[in-house]
Amino acid sequence: MEYFEIFVLLMDATLRVATPLVLAAMAGMFSERSGIVDIGLEGKMLGAAFAAAAVAYVTGSAWLGLLGGIAVSMALSGLHAYACVTHNGNQVVSGMAINIVVAGLTPTLAFAWFRQGGQTPALTGDDRFSSLTLPFAEAVRDIPVIGYTYAELISGHNILVYIAAAAVPICAYILYRTRFGLRVRAVGENPHAVDTAGIVVSHLRYQALMVTGFLCGIAGSYLSTAHGAAFIRDMTAGKGYLALAALIFGKWRPVPTMFACLLFAFTDALQARLQGVDLPLVGAIPVQFIQALPYVLTVLLLAGFVGKAIPPKAIGEPYIKER
Amino acid sequence: MTTSSPALELRRVNKWFGAVHANKDISLSVGRGTIHGIIGENGAGKSTLMSIVYGFYQADEGEILVNGSPYQIDNPQASIAAGIGMVHQHFMLVDTFTVLENIILGVEGSARLAGGLEHARAELARLEKEYSLEVDVDAVVGDLPVGIRQRVEILKALYRGAEILILDEPTGVLTPQEADHLFRILNTLREQGKTVILITHKLREIMAITDNVSVMRRGEMVAHVATKDTDREKLAELMVGRSVLLRVEKDDAQPAETVMSMRHVRYLDRDGVSRLKDINLDIKAGEILGIAGVSGNGQSELMEILGGTLRPSEGQIIYKGEDITNSANFNARDLRKIGLGHVPEDRHRSGLVLSFSAYENTILGYHDRPEYNKGTTLDNSSMIAHCEKHIEKFDVRPTDPTLKASGFSGGNQQKLVLAREMEQDPDILLVGQPTRGVDIGAIEFIHQQLIQMRDAGKAILVVSVEIDEVMSLADRIAVMFDGAIVGELDAKDATETKLGLMMAGVKEGVEA
Repeated sequence: MEYFEIFVLLMDATLRVATPLVLAAMAGMFSERSGIVDIGLEGKMLGAAFAAAAVAYVTGSAWLGLLGGIAVSMALSGLHAYACVTHNGNQVVSGMAINIVVAGLTPTLAFAWFRQGGQTPALTGDDRFSSLTLPFAEAVRDIPVIGYTYAELISGHNILVYIAAAAVPICAYILYRTRFGLRVRAVGENPHAVDTAGIVVSHLRYQALMVTGFLCGIAGSYLSTAHGAAFIRDMTAGKGYLALAALIFGKWRPVPTMFACLLFAFTDALQARLQGVDLPLVGAIPVQFIQALPYVLTVLLLAGFVGKAIPPKAIGEPYIKER
Repeated sequence: MTTSSPALELRRVNKWFGAVHANKDISLSVGRGTIHGIIGENGAGKSTLMSIVYGFYQADEGEILVNGSPYQIDNPQASIAAGIGMVHQHFMLVDTFTVLENIILGVEGSARLAGGLEHARAELARLEKEYSLEVDVDAVVGDLPVGIRQRVEILKALYRGAEILILDEPTGVLTPQEADHLFRILNTLREQGKTVILITHKLREIMAITDNVSVMRRGEMVAHVATKDTDREKLAELMVGRSVLLRVEKDDAQPAETVMSMRHVRYLDRDGVSRLKDINLDIKAGEILGIAGVSGNGQSELMEILGGTLRPSEGQIIYKGEDITNSANFNARDLRKIGLGHVPEDRHRSGLVLSFSAYENTILGYHDRPEYNKGTTLDNSSMIAHCEKHIEKFDVRPTDPTLKASGFSGGNQQKLVLAREMEQDPDILLVGQPTRGVDIGAIEFIHQQLIQMRDAGKAILVVSVEIDEVMSLADRIAVMFDGAIVGELDAKDATETKLGLMMAGVKEGVEA
């Protein structure tokens, strides 16, 4: 196979892996920009993945599954808001609690309802999101480079991949060009300023966390009803944390965060391709080392190459009116 | 200028925080187009009262009338709608936003920002001209000096249509020149028919700018007077409830040998920013050296280096003729053992452990002395006995050594720290912000104690952002700006204008 084709296929895999990361990172952006640490992205995604697969299986509709995933993720986000905003709880503890509860609850419910060892039954046909072929994709496939790229890389994904791609400019627009975005950015920097400007801090943070829940719900649903074809125990496998790392690496800004997600996804796609391949000089590397590559890269990037990542100033601190 | 009804009227306002009666039956009437001062000590209830007017808290009883009609103000939005604007002591600005974004926050106009921003830009150009408040609206707030940030706050209030402007301790962070500029702005506002309420504990400001003044003491309104009919002494007496000495009475200093000095000291912080630049200082026995300057110009780093909690990046620290910069003794604990007392600038962060009782706090830093220990354990009864002595000598109230430090008022907390450091009879005493958040009565006492120590031949360094305090307490004054000593002068030659210019970084030819 030609190198160009290998590259296109690698990028194609990158997009598939990046989709949930991008959606979850955008979700985390709204939460963290509003001043609430969201380490619970992982749990929300996992909960959404389970709900989406379960609803899709029972109703036979991937779209209803998506709605179910979003609903569960938003409910978990609401729980996070209730703990952290209404009751000024510790945001990391609340997030971790959500992760742990969901990790335990999902296989338990799956076992109770479907009796398939903590999984949901396999989804087929309309139960899951199928690939879309964009117009003219097949017609232009034979045109070198451009046509091939269009047919292989741009076309042929499921709808959620395109939604993730659209989410980045939409989130950027909301954050920087709308009243809601201005207020979210302000409340994460200085909630006192927001309060004295006559805006209710808690309402604003609840709204931001609902957006987080919504986007995270799509990310989770993608895993079980579009990328995969069933819910499997712990199927998020750290993607929520990876999205959070990408958010920090991207300095809480939409476009750099997207690129961070693509980079992480690329290393993941690369490791899949490198498995068992004889590399020059070193030979075949044991698969475990290759699989560790994205995580090693994450640690290295976060440790040294981020530059000065300045988080929203008020992040992690509950807003309590002082006397 | 007053018309039939006052711009703002309060009738019998009461507010409790738990058992604390923060505002007792407060009545107040502020005439339209006047500057009205509200003065009182820390904790007298001024800020609480204004927070009620601004809708931050709700009064438990009482009425608020704006232009003669009663208003229900239960959140800041209602207050803004009633035409009240507030400039808070700690600015309510988002540092990463531009001036324009800060001003429209909360009054954006529509869901999309673009329209609101353009409207605000035009409106601000008009306001800036009308009140001569020049500000670059596209500048990022975090890059602006504090004086300008305050203007942004004023513009923010005016943009919301404020007719009554409340300023809470507005000059705390300003140099005297910046404060004068602020007063000119306030005068312009008054000429344009706006009503200004100025909350402060500085008598100088009240006399300089207000038309009328109301005095608060312990949650009560004790007097309403026209400024022209009163003077500083009378106001101070009303604030404290007894006559007080505003200026420290002291004889000329008798400076003796140098106890501690800094030679070419530089300090770079963790980010590599230069915080101290070539500092040379001599602290002499029998003399009080005052360090003046707007806060954040290197005073904290200077104190920490002298106290042994930071090491200079370059230069020497000489203690009693010996270069101790690289000695193993150069740390807070060992310096205390060889006669250095340190009253930190921020008593809540580094002076006290607020959740510890008074008697535990009064041995901090000296806890390994044999008199406080009994074998391997601390000797509680001896600690309590020592604390009781301190409490009596320094007139700390309440007189309970087992009360938690957080249960004392600011002045009494400061007395506890001072007692701890002074009673160890140090040869040199470093005092940061000796009277920050301390009421006037206690200020008098603390100043007297420091003078007594000086007269006993001890070396004293006082760092303070209160220019009046440095002028009245110190014998020699060094002014810091941007990490450097701008100049040093004899306290007798110091005037507010001279110091003010130096605090703003203007070098004057006066070297001691």
